[in-house]
Amino acid sequence: MNIFQYKKKIKKNGLKKVIREIMENIKKNDKYNAFISVNEKVLEEAEKLEKNGKNNKPLHGVPISIKDNIAVKNQKLTCGSNLLANFISPYDATVIKRLKNAGALIVGKTNMDEFAMGASNEYSAYGPVKNPLNPEYVPGGSSGGSAASVSGNFVPVSLGSDTGGSVRQPASFTGCVGFKPTYGRVSRYGLTAFSSSLDQIGPITKNVDDTSLIYRIISGKDNMDSTSSDRKIEEYKENCKKEYSIGVPFDLIEDIDEDIKKDFLETIEQLKNNGHTIKKISFETIKYAVPTYQIISTAEASSNLARFDGIIYGNRKQNEKNLVSVTRDRGFGIEVKRRCMVGTFVLSSGYSDKYYKNALKAKKIISKELKNHFKNLDLLALPTTPNKPFKIGEKSDDVLYLYKGDLFTIPANLSGLPAISIPVKKNGDFYSSIQFMSNSFQEEILFDIGREIEKMGGKK
Amino acid sequence: MNWESVIGLEIHTQLNSRTKAFCDCKAEFGEEPNTNICPVCMGYPGSLPVVNEELIKKALKLGIATKSKINYKTKFDRKNYFYPDIPKNYQITQYDYPICYDGKLTIDLKERDIKDVRINRIHMEEDTGKVFHDKDDKLTLIDYNRAGIPLLEIVTEPDLRSSEEAHVFLKELKGALRYLDISEANMEKGELRVDVNVSVRKKGEELGTKVELKNMNSFKAVEKAIDYEIKRQKKLIINGKKEDIKQETRMWIDDKGISRVMRTKEEAADYRYFPEPDIPAFEIDREMFKKIKKNKIELPLEKKYRFINEYNISYYNASVLTSDFSLSNYFEEILENYDDGESAANFVINELLSLVNENDDIIDNIKVSPEYMYKILKLLDSDVISSKIAKKILGETYNTGRDPEIIVEEKGWKQMSDSDELENIIENVINENQDEYNRYKDGEKKLFGFFMGQVMKKTKGQANPKKANKILRKKLEE
Repeated sequence: MNIFQYKKKIKKNGLKKVIREIMENIKKNDKYNAFISVNEKVLEEAEKLEKNGKNNKPLHGVPISIKDNIAVKNQKLTCGSNLLANFISPYDATVIKRLKNAGALIVGKTNMDEFAMGASNEYSAYGPVKNPLNPEYVPGGSSGGSAASVSGNFVPVSLGSDTGGSVRQPASFTGCVGFKPTYGRVSRYGLTAFSSSLDQIGPITKNVDDTSLIYRIISGKDNMDSTSSDRKIEEYKENCKKEYSIGVPFDLIEDIDEDIKKDFLETIEQLKNNGHTIKKISFETIKYAVPTYQIISTAEASSNLARFDGIIYGNRKQNEKNLVSVTRDRGFGIEVKRRCMVGTFVLSSGYSDKYYKNALKAKKIISKELKNHFKNLDLLALPTTPNKPFKIGEKSDDVLYLYKGDLFTIPANLSGLPAISIPVKKNGDFYSSIQFMSNSFQEEILFDIGREIEKMGGKK
Repeated sequence: MNWESVIGLEIHTQLNSRTKAFCDCKAEFGEEPNTNICPVCMGYPGSLPVVNEELIKKALKLGIATKSKINYKTKFDRKNYFYPDIPKNYQITQYDYPICYDGKLTIDLKERDIKDVRINRIHMEEDTGKVFHDKDDKLTLIDYNRAGIPLLEIVTEPDLRSSEEAHVFLKELKGALRYLDISEANMEKGELRVDVNVSVRKKGEELGTKVELKNMNSFKAVEKAIDYEIKRQKKLIINGKKEDIKQETRMWIDDKGISRVMRTKEEAADYRYFPEPDIPAFEIDREMFKKIKKNKIELPLEKKYRFINEYNISYYNASVLTSDFSLSNYFEEILENYDDGESAANFVINELLSLVNENDDIIDNIKVSPEYMYKILKLLDSDVISSKIAKKILGETYNTGRDPEIIVEEKGWKQMSDSDELENIIENVINENQDEYNRYKDGEKKLFGFFMGQVMKKTKGQANPKKANKILRKKLEE
């Protein structure tokens, strides 16, 4: 069910009944391990909302799940980590305030790779998330719980965070729409930082209209986030009217999964037939994307995660001599430790010139190439992922496979550009997805093309 | 042998801004522990810093006053290290683009003997929390009210040559910070923290190994720590153990008057600086800069020499009067109506300041307005009151805030200057003290004081002393 359908149901059955059903469903039927905690007060909140009479708010009563690295006042904020197992956030993230003001109800917090580090949702202290399309398979990550909560029909919308593809990739793996806005479009205040210069909150939904609606509500300047932009959000565009010029780096898809490749090329062909101009482009600097991402994100993460030491808050563990190191040793999982160590290394004196500073240069070079492309293009199309979902446990020992799987999603984070992932065709249990990037702050074009893809009827 | 000490200072000063550097919490330390805190300054997950503009303005003010160059494009950086007093385990500071650099502050050791001390850089950063260790060392308590209070770090070039020069520099800097309304700069309260780098060499030789000194809590302690270090290094060099002077940080232990090794160069942390991603690099607003620059700021030393030249007062008096911003303003307000700078200076310093100090008061709070001071000085100049009465009136005005002219009238404290009246009283005094008079006449001249005392007693101290003195002498010698 999408937002529109939920609203209809609420009108018909009453808000409290709908919410009660949702909560029962989550508590009884979450066989995917999508949720880490549920909001026990949501029924009271629903009652309050009803009492206030007006139901003209854009998200009146719409149930939403939230990735567990986004702060919701008086709710747990575990970030998928043992270290924050009992941590309750004392405040609302800006996106949560905006959702609540729009009438949304937060039903629960979703499972995730610990501190958003992972692409399979197997690195959670609360167990792996299963893919609702086939529970033997991973749902992707790190917003795997969010994707599963939508794909598994618990809620119509979930908020995730996307640092290198963590919204788009799990959306793709679970057959949902995933969207990463332009860096600065959505306030990060209240999002537990993984890599501050790359992180961006984005919705996972059933369709593009819902994504567009949620985006409209959560975006815009926030004085609590100095990196948030005050650029005007464009007006809603009802229909796809424009013929776009779409760049496709065909070279990059030669070696990817055959089904994904076939579906992608067919979609491109259809777009061409619909009147869009398809341009073959080269995307040279993408070869730097994965190492650049791995250096910058781990460097920032090593600093961002330093605060989790068990002193002011968190799951404190200690022995006779040590508090901080014991807390961190027992609190963090393997992937978080790996990335913090890499990040500490690449920032160390003697190495930071070679790694961190070169990575910053590479980031600029990649951004520049993309910006140049967008002088002549409206959109750049790629598959969201080079591979289909894999079985849980199948790739546990192959970290590089997981890292490389982010290849097509990372450039949007490194350049700050917006990107959307939309399912195009079902192959067996899973969908192939197409990803579009546009120039900075051109989110509307993405929604336009997204709606067109939906009309083309890839996904029922 | 001709020795030379080479000294540089690193000063942290806590700004007197209303709110913290990166959040809206009150920038107040000393209240109930852990009350001025929020998710941002406590480093809660998801919180983000937003720069307090006051911090930038105050940094620019100090930059302009010290004739520094300005990095119009600047940024913040993270300094990473684990310590429980720092909630995020990194400090937001400035690394390679400090807001101000290449400045100077002029000092003088004596009149017209001035020296420029170069300032390497001034940068903005946030303070840490304060750690308290329990007596039995079992418990560590942390007060985060201080965490996030804005600081400026001021780093000098190694231009100072003695502990005395360092002291004078610190006094001048403290004055500047207060003049500029940047900081209260009270070292005892931790609003000013000073680390010192010291090395010793024979004149003409290359620089020796520098040693860093920490943990001095007063200007006096800074001086003592420097002197101790100079002596320690000299001794090692004289004994042929120059290589034992290690690049290290030493902790000053004030009650023992010694320093101890805190950490060696090898133990220094790798801070892994990198640009703060939560605060984009920014450009200084030129309009704001111009506005700050327009308010011309006179530093204590400049004011001191202006006072000497303009008001014709002594170097000592000018030094005292300009040591405090409010005091210097107070003094100038008196001189708006009054010409004799040196008398005013003497009266303010000797009489008013001693009252203020006795009462542990500050100039800004006293009830004696500059106008009242001017009135007292005028009464004194025109012989209406004696200097003794002037003090009494000052005391009265100080306590009650009442107009000195009214006090004089009400209390009948005007001087008795009428010659006939004085002559009458003096004749009476002589008549009443014939014994003493005879002894005086026999040559016991020191009894003059006795007679003068009697005259004052009879007139309740209101006799014009000059006149009374003249008449008494005449009468006794008749």
